[in-house]
Amino acid sequence: MAAAATCGAGAGSPGSVAAAVDRSSATSFQRKGPRAGGADGGGPRLVSIAGTRPSVRNGQLLVSTGLPALDQLLGGGLAVGTVLLIEEDKYNIYSPLLFKYFLAEGIVSGHTLLVASAREHPAGILQELPAPLLDDSYEKEFDEDGCNHKTPDSSMKMKIAWRYQLLPKMEAGPVSSSRFGHYYDTSKKIPQELLRTAKWHGFFLPERISPPLTVEPCHLTHGYMKLLEFIKKIVSEEGVDGSHPQKKTKNILRIGIQSLGSPLWGDDACCAEACDDSHSLTKFLYVLRGLVRASLSACLVTVPAHLIQNKAITARVTSLSDTVVGLESFVGSERETNPLYKDYHGLIHIRQIPRLNNLICDESDVKDLAFKLKRKLFTIETGL
Amino acid sequence: MFPELNNLLNITPDKVEQGKLTLLCDAKTDGSFLVHHFLSFFLKAKCKVCFVALVQSFSHYNIVGQKLGVSLTTAWERGQLVFLEALKTSLDIFFQTPAGPHPLQFLREASARNLQPLYAFVQEALKPEDGGEATWRHPVLLVDDLSVLLSLGVRAVAVLDFIHYCRATVCTELKGNLVALVHDSGDAADEENDLLVSGLSHQSHLILRAEGLATGFCKDVHGQASPSRVIGVRAACVHSHMWIQNTGLADSTQVHRKKAKGNTQKYCHGFSLGDFSFILLGYFAFMFL
Repeated sequence: MAAAATCGAGAGSPGSVAAAVDRSSATSFQRKGPRAGGADGGGPRLVSIAGTRPSVRNGQLLVSTGLPALDQLLGGGLAVGTVLLIEEDKYNIYSPLLFKYFLAEGIVSGHTLLVASAREHPAGILQELPAPLLDDSYEKEFDEDGCNHKTPDSSMKMKIAWRYQLLPKMEAGPVSSSRFGHYYDTSKKIPQELLRTAKWHGFFLPERISPPLTVEPCHLTHGYMKLLEFIKKIVSEEGVDGSHPQKKTKNILRIGIQSLGSPLWGDDACCAEACDDSHSLTKFLYVLRGLVRASLSACLVTVPAHLIQNKAITARVTSLSDTVVGLESFVGSERETNPLYKDYHGLIHIRQIPRLNNLICDESDVKDLAFKLKRKLFTIETGL
Repeated sequence: MFPELNNLLNITPDKVEQGKLTLLCDAKTDGSFLVHHFLSFFLKAKCKVCFVALVQSFSHYNIVGQKLGVSLTTAWERGQLVFLEALKTSLDIFFQTPAGPHPLQFLREASARNLQPLYAFVQEALKPEDGGEATWRHPVLLVDDLSVLLSLGVRAVAVLDFIHYCRATVCTELKGNLVALVHDSGDAADEENDLLVSGLSHQSHLILRAEGLATGFCKDVHGQASPSRVIGVRAACVHSHMWIQNTGLADSTQVHRKKAKGNTQKYCHGFSLGDFSFILLGYFAFMFL
């Protein structure tokens, strides 16, 4: 049968990133290094992609979410080929911030971006991204008086490595930072030079919807169908699904989708309990999962889970995503005045972590996690 | 595959029971390790396996399978394994109209009334080879997982019908086995899912249930039903040990399995299941219709 044949072809794909260069299909879960039981000749050829690193546990390729604290909780970072679902907080204050950190991290690491929103134009979202803290004296900048990096302390430190004193301290031009996970200053906007060098594709729903709205072939909401087609087009254009094997430099595609499931996308999951398109959101997530698994991409989706009326959909949405993180802010709740929580802005719930290529997952033992946002640092702390 | 689980179920790769429907249920935890176990078990038992993988990619199962001692690629090449990688093939059917019937046809419909094309695929995959001796032993159908079909617009009744048809073909006619995973959320939030789980529980011979524990090891004994055929077993996996305590008719046996880090042959690398308990719920010697 045709299905058996196509999955047969996919089954022949090898287990290393390097070998994907000369094979036609690239599945995303690939080990870096030699295959276990490998029939592949010639030793490991590590093709390292900027802004990624292999997981220490199972060699899975990881990217940073933009928040080093969150990376740690997720076992080192977000796995390439998976979907990270963020359940938005009630007043949508902190989830756009996580969304922006994710995109900013992509720009700093040189990844290609795909930004989809029904509310704001992607160009506008990109203008609002926080500025990365790139110079090496960022540790000193964590205290609130923000000391100047030209203080005598820093010049004294350079005594031993005196040659390096001559190099400029702050990189102003296009950056290819090799560090994994950066810190961002939310009070400053990302420099225009960085934005200009960034490669991004935007999907703004009001621009893409074309009347008349006929019934879609797969009975998905019109907006979702258009978005899926757009993502598929960009994935094959960028070659992240291995469709251009001659392309030597590989790159990651970061997909960010904002407020999926909200009424702005044309979905009534948040409006009625027994909705007509009750399977639109879940079908969308399933096909998205298929697209992302088969390519070198990482996806972040924010969903206003507290608005979804039908709890069955919330449960299904959780099981269709790989990693699920919920945000609960203290704004407007009784916890704001609770002395226990006075230093914090909200709670973070790690609801689900995937078990990829493994029987176990890096589940942290601590379940009580709270976050606080300072100007230059978003910390997540444990054990309230 | 996990030897303790085999001991518990009193099966070995050489001696496999036939004609059974095994239901794998997970509640508040991830029961996919059971799927990996059965996949590697049946491949080692030289059965012909049709695996309908709806939620993960082939390479995921392959890599875990290698840790458990089987190579899916080799099995596929030899014709022992028929693998439907739904995540991949769904893209083909979703974005363009298929030429003929496709097992994942239901993705294109608003609310699929039946899973007939999927059943046809299974039937075709597991039909006995014509002419002469069979290379493989009895066929096995493995599905991971059934709850996701509900998310894709298939009604619970349609899924139950599909399993009924598969059971009739695979278990009764071909004397094979059927193993399927469902998620059981417990709370009544998802009514369709509850309907599916109860309907399947009714039809199954064996139900293996993996439950997440709030705080780790629990010493409670699960209340057992009275029929003499029921063997109550409670297994709890605490970090690096797997306790299996047989609390039924046989004497109480406790099996510890130590975490074997370097040994990738039989045990998975760093197998540590955190806190979840694994209950074997009743061994129903049902004669099904």
